[in-house]
Amino acid sequence: MNIGKLNATNGFDLRDFIVKYGFILVTVILFVWFASTEPTFRMQNTLFSMLKFTSVVAITGLGVTLTMVVGGLDLSVGAIAGLSVTLSAMTMVIYAQTGAVALVVVLLGGALVGLFNAFLIVVLKIPDLLATLATMFTIMGLKLVPVDGQSVSSGLILRDGSVAPGKFTPGFLLIDRAYLGPVPLPVAIFFFLAFVVWIFLTKTRWGRVMYAIGSNPEAARLAGVRVQRYRALAYALSGVFASIGGLILSSRIGQGDISAGNSLLLDAVAVSLVGTSVLGMARPNAWGTTLGAVLIGIVITGLTIKGFPYYAQDVVKGLVLLTALIFSFTLSRRKSRFVPAV
Amino acid sequence: MVSAVEVRNISMAFGANQVLSGVDLTIDKGQTTALLGANGAGKSTLIKILSGVYSSFTGEILIDGKVVTIDSPTTAKSAGIETVHQRIDEGVIPGLTVAENLLFEKIVSGEIPRAVSLKTIVNEAEKIAEALDLNWNRSKLRNDVYELGIAEQQMLILARTLSRSPKLLILDEPTSALSVAESQNLFRFIKNLEAQGIAILYVSHKLSELEQIAKKLVVMRDGKIRNEQSAPFSWDLALKEMLGQQELGERDNFKQVQGTSVTLKLNNVQLFKESAPLNLEIKKKEVTGIIGLLGAGKTELAKVIYGADELISGSMDLEGQSYKPAHPADAVIKDIYLVPEDRAADSMIPNWSISHTATLPFMGDFSARGIIKKLAEGIRGKELVQDLKVVTTSHEAIVDSLSGGNQQKVIVGRWLQSKPKLMILDEPFRGVDIGARRDISKRVRDLAATDVAVLVLASDVDEILDVADRIIVLVEGKVVMDVKAGETSKDKIVNKMSEVA
Repeated sequence: MNIGKLNATNGFDLRDFIVKYGFILVTVILFVWFASTEPTFRMQNTLFSMLKFTSVVAITGLGVTLTMVVGGLDLSVGAIAGLSVTLSAMTMVIYAQTGAVALVVVLLGGALVGLFNAFLIVVLKIPDLLATLATMFTIMGLKLVPVDGQSVSSGLILRDGSVAPGKFTPGFLLIDRAYLGPVPLPVAIFFFLAFVVWIFLTKTRWGRVMYAIGSNPEAARLAGVRVQRYRALAYALSGVFASIGGLILSSRIGQGDISAGNSLLLDAVAVSLVGTSVLGMARPNAWGTTLGAVLIGIVITGLTIKGFPYYAQDVVKGLVLLTALIFSFTLSRRKSRFVPAV
Repeated sequence: MVSAVEVRNISMAFGANQVLSGVDLTIDKGQTTALLGANGAGKSTLIKILSGVYSSFTGEILIDGKVVTIDSPTTAKSAGIETVHQRIDEGVIPGLTVAENLLFEKIVSGEIPRAVSLKTIVNEAEKIAEALDLNWNRSKLRNDVYELGIAEQQMLILARTLSRSPKLLILDEPTSALSVAESQNLFRFIKNLEAQGIAILYVSHKLSELEQIAKKLVVMRDGKIRNEQSAPFSWDLALKEMLGQQELGERDNFKQVQGTSVTLKLNNVQLFKESAPLNLEIKKKEVTGIIGLLGAGKTELAKVIYGADELISGSMDLEGQSYKPAHPADAVIKDIYLVPEDRAADSMIPNWSISHTATLPFMGDFSARGIIKKLAEGIRGKELVQDLKVVTTSHEAIVDSLSGGNQQKVIVGRWLQSKPKLMILDEPFRGVDIGARRDISKRVRDLAATDVAVLVLASDVDEILDVADRIIVLVEGKVVMDVKAGETSKDKIVNKMSEVA
């Protein structure tokens, strides 16, 4: 006795259509509008720079998506990306290590913070949102301690009066500046990771089980799934993804800016939530997050070219998120269950 | 008899699915009319129409001989139809006192002024409690509603619906969470209401209850009324109409067998902190049926064996070796499986297909290097559908969309792909129609015959008698009876169950 069947006989259902294709349609319409009115928007360069600009948010968002799949939400991703910027700068500038060392330090740092989140949530039983919120504040403050609250760049005067010996290595700076053929490296990393997450979530047993946990954790546990291990895995991966985003960001800025990553959290959560509504899936998914990030990239690039002021961006991002939430919660008949409870 | 509510030629369809066709029903004043039907017969739809949940039906509803329009829960209530649903916890408001809960509708409607002392409310509530013979004193009325037991909460909900002096009271499986004694209490209460001239429409799968309380029986199948009887009822006829083509008389036809070697041994296991230690041997090749009331420790026992709950004290041996599961995964590895009592909460993943639900516990077998083998998974889904005779359009169908009995078949069936050592089924027949119950029973008995130990836990005597070779009665965590099924009777079992430990 399914109410949904009521509409099945009508053939075309506008509500279903909007829920499924609304976002893709909006993306295409905006793209066509920008492309037809602004010649610069059409250039390959603009397209790639738009995707490149979006890649940090997108990669971080993919990590958030993983935590949403297990029914949680990682609020510490922006702080982890910020931590990565500071960590990479410290490694190269203050300790004069190579870019490769910085890369390893950053990824390890992200994984450690992710595992710390997992510890709070799984072992200490703190609700996901609150645990990661606490982590966010803690590491935002903690990262400032070794650098005395200063941004780290070459020539920094250290506590003992000496000058920091190292600098951002050219190799490290290449992370953001290199190309694979015509494709900027960050864009390539973004699409590669989106593909990997897609395979992981939809084609592997681990992804399947993670969706089960997000939908009904008790049923998953009673089917013999070690729920807590998967939740820990999701947060560890989220930490790593945020630190990859942080690496690209660090390479882009070229210095240990202490405010880097501050705005990333909201964007990353927003693209994951937008992704949940794409195609009426009513669940977090890799391509949804990707599309959400691309959509926000198109809008912001377009508006910037059209000469809208910078603060218009936040308004637009807010509206995009709001629309996505209306699609997921108001219009969709498949109510999303992937909303963490505090 | 004077009719309170009359239903004339009611039909309703969900798309192409005709769920009710031309239902005529008369519910008389001052007596209980029982509504019986398998899952999907149209009972719930009919109830939802009467209580105003569905409005897109055709036909007429008459109250006291006059046609009324019922198109929302509000209009249903003002027409004098009150409904008490199965889920008790959805009816009480936690954090409020018993008295406030009792008078909740009056408080909301403004009949009781907004700013009023608890004392005034308790006074008012006391009058209601007295009028209904509830025996609740003032201190009880001042308690938080959560301190009431489940049976008393149900009484509270009933009492509240009476504050508007309804003409028809619909009770949907009101005893599903109650013990025998609590049910008897409820029946006395219902008799009291009948005396006041209220018509009762009573939905239940438990025939013994209907026998006891109903004066009239209405049997539905496939959206139509198939049979109407006045007491004394012919249950044989009623069940035949309810099940349609299916053969009756399969019951008790199975050959009782006796278990061979011991699969699982429980040594001084405590199910509750204060309960006596329990010693039990569960043998292979037989179906062990454990029966007990709500709170006897059945679910606790199942969960302890399955590693889902911690063992309070005692130990377990599996085939002679120490067995200490710390997680359900440990049990599954040892081929000990559990079908939990609450399907929707503990087994089903919303929006998942039959195939996906089937393979979840065995993802390792359905993947290579982590990648899911879709083909094998599909085949497994098809096998399950055939093996358990699941009524569905395809193995890709969403489990939520199946009827209760078919959902249960999927949940039971998914554990049968790999041969269990011990299969535990907790209340496997709850909310399951008799046809599905037979299919599941048969499959479970076949399973035991292949050298498997099967443990079925239930609170319904008939259900246990239908499936078990050996019957154990559990009272407050203690075994009070342990016999071969052939050597006991329903009366003896009920007798033991009601024993006070």
